[in-house]
Amino acid sequence: MKLIRDTWLVFGRYFGLFIHNPVWVALGVLQPVLYLVLFAPLLRPIAAMRGFPPGGAYNVFVPGLLVQLGMFGAAGVGFSLIAELRMGVIERLRVTPVSRVALLFGRALRDMFSIVLQSLILILIALPFGLSIHPLGIVVVLALIGLIGLLTASIGYAVALAVKSEDSYAPIVFTSALPILLLSGVLLPMSIAPQWLQNIAAINPLLYAVDAARHVFNDNLGDPSVLKGVVILVVLSVVAVVIGARQFGRAVA
Amino acid sequence: MEGARPEAVIETRGLRRVFKSRGRQVEAVAGVDLDVRRGEIFGFLGPNGAGKTTTLRMLSTLLAPSGGTARVAGCDLATQPGKIRERIGYVGQAGGADREITGRTELVFQGRLYGMPTAAAQKRAAELIVMLELDGAADRKVGTYSGGQKRRLDIGLGLVHDPELLFLDEPTTGLDPQSRARVWEEVRKMHDRGTTVFLTTHYLDEADALCDRVAIIDYGKIVAEGTPEELKRAIAGDVVTFTVAGEQQRALDLVKDQDFVREARLENGSVHLYVDRGEVAMPAILRLLDGASLQLMTVELHRPSLDDVFLRQTGRSLRETAA
Repeated sequence: MKLIRDTWLVFGRYFGLFIHNPVWVALGVLQPVLYLVLFAPLLRPIAAMRGFPPGGAYNVFVPGLLVQLGMFGAAGVGFSLIAELRMGVIERLRVTPVSRVALLFGRALRDMFSIVLQSLILILIALPFGLSIHPLGIVVVLALIGLIGLLTASIGYAVALAVKSEDSYAPIVFTSALPILLLSGVLLPMSIAPQWLQNIAAINPLLYAVDAARHVFNDNLGDPSVLKGVVILVVLSVVAVVIGARQFGRAVA
Repeated sequence: MEGARPEAVIETRGLRRVFKSRGRQVEAVAGVDLDVRRGEIFGFLGPNGAGKTTTLRMLSTLLAPSGGTARVAGCDLATQPGKIRERIGYVGQAGGADREITGRTELVFQGRLYGMPTAAAQKRAAELIVMLELDGAADRKVGTYSGGQKRRLDIGLGLVHDPELLFLDEPTTGLDPQSRARVWEEVRKMHDRGTTVFLTTHYLDEADALCDRVAIIDYGKIVAEGTPEELKRAIAGDVVTFTVAGEQQRALDLVKDQDFVREARLENGSVHLYVDRGEVAMPAILRLLDGASLQLMTVELHRPSLDDVFLRQTGRSLRETAA
C-alpha cells in the first residue's frame, strides 16, 4: 500500500532528524514542568473554591497542562518546514511520485510521537506531586493529547505552506493559539467562568478535549464527554490532514 | 537514441501562467511553444524574471499552467502528473538537500521516494557518490559542503532514478569557474548516456558551450529558437576583418560585390566584411586577394555571440540585464 509505505518513509526521515536533536524534547518538557512546580502550588487554595471541579489541584491542572503541551508543542512545527522550503527540500520532495498525504501525515506523525513522549514524561514527573491516574487513563489521555498534536501540527504545516515566511507564520499561529488556549479551561476550569465567557468557550473544540482529559484523570473513563472529546478531535484532525495534504499538493512558489 | 526522426520529449502549445499580485494580473509565461527532442541538451535562456523558472516549474509538475497544453516524457501534463514525476528529474535553484543531513542519507532517501527497496537505493547512492566524486563528503552533513560539492549532490538527487529527462534550473549560478566546468562536464556525461537535459541559464557562454538547441525567452515569450550556431548566423552572420599591405580601399573594392558578402566597409584602417558563413568566406577572400597580388597582413574571423542575438531580439544586452 503506497500511502502507508510513503508515510512510513517520510516519518522515518523526520524521526531521524528528531532523535539527532533530543534538545527539543527536553525543552518541550521543561516548560510544563515549570508550570507544575512554580504555578500548581498556587492552585491548592483555589481548589477549595466553589465551582472548582472535583479531583484535587493536580488532577485538574495536569490535564490542562498536557493539552497546552499538545498545542504549543506542535504550534512551532511550521518553522522547520519554512526552513526546508528555503532549502528547496519541499520542492524536491514534491517533484517525486511520493504521496502528498504522506508528505504531511508522515511528518505530523513524528510531531505527534514527540508530543506523546513529552506528555508521558510530564505525567510521570507529576505522579510524586500527588497526581493519581489509572494506567488505562494514561493511554486514553495520551491518545487525546496526540490527536491535539496531530491537529495542531497539520494546521501549522498548512499555514507555513501558505505564508512561506517565519515573519508571517509566528504572529498568525501564536496569536490565534492564545484565545483558543485561554478559552479551553487549561489554566483554570471554565466552570468558574462567567456565563458569557462560557458561551464563547462552547465553540472551542479544545474545551472538549480538556473536559475529556479531566474526566479521564478522575477515573471517569465511561463519561460521555470522553468519547465526545475524542470524536471531535478525530474529525478535526482528519479535516486538518486533508487540508494540509492539499497544501502540499498545490503550488508552492 | 533512435532513428532519423527525433522524438519530442517536451511539447508545449500556448503554455501560459498568470500570477495575481496585489489585484493585478501578471502574465509570467505568455503562450510558449516548445519542442525538445529526445537526447538533446536544451537551453532556456533569458534574463531574470523572463519566465524561465516559471516555465520549468510548470513542466516539472510543480506549478499548474493557467492555459495551454504540454506533453512531458510522453505524458499529458494536465492529466498524468504522477506518471511524469516518475520519469523526470528536477534540480531547483535552491538544490533541495537538507543542511542537517548527510549527502548519502539524502541520496538513499531520494531513491526510496522513487520506490526503490532500501538495498537498491543504497547501491544507487554509492554509485552516484563515486560518479560525482563525492566520496570524501558523502558522510558529512550537507551544511559543510563547498558550493561545487553541494551542486553535484543536488544533481545526484535528480539522477537517482535514472530519469529520461532532467530539468536543471540555473545549474551553475553562483559557482566558481572550476565548479562550473565540473557541472558542464556532468551535463555532457548525462547527454552521452542519452538523457535529455532541459536547463535554464542566463549565461550566454553556458548556453553556447553546452546546449544543442536554445530558446530565448523574454517577457514570457519565446523570441528566438534554434541551435546556438543558427541563432547567431540568423542575426549577423560572421564578421571577417583583414588588412592588406598597401591600399585597403583596393582590397575593399575587390571583395565587396562578391555573393557571399552581405555588407562591407572600411573601419579603423581595416576591411570589415559581414558574411553568412565565415568558414566558407575565408578561403574565397584569400583566393581573391592572392589573385590580385594583394599581400594579406592580418586576418580575423569574429563570430557574433549569443549576446548579439539577444540584443537584436530584445533590444537590450543580456549582460546588462543579468547583472
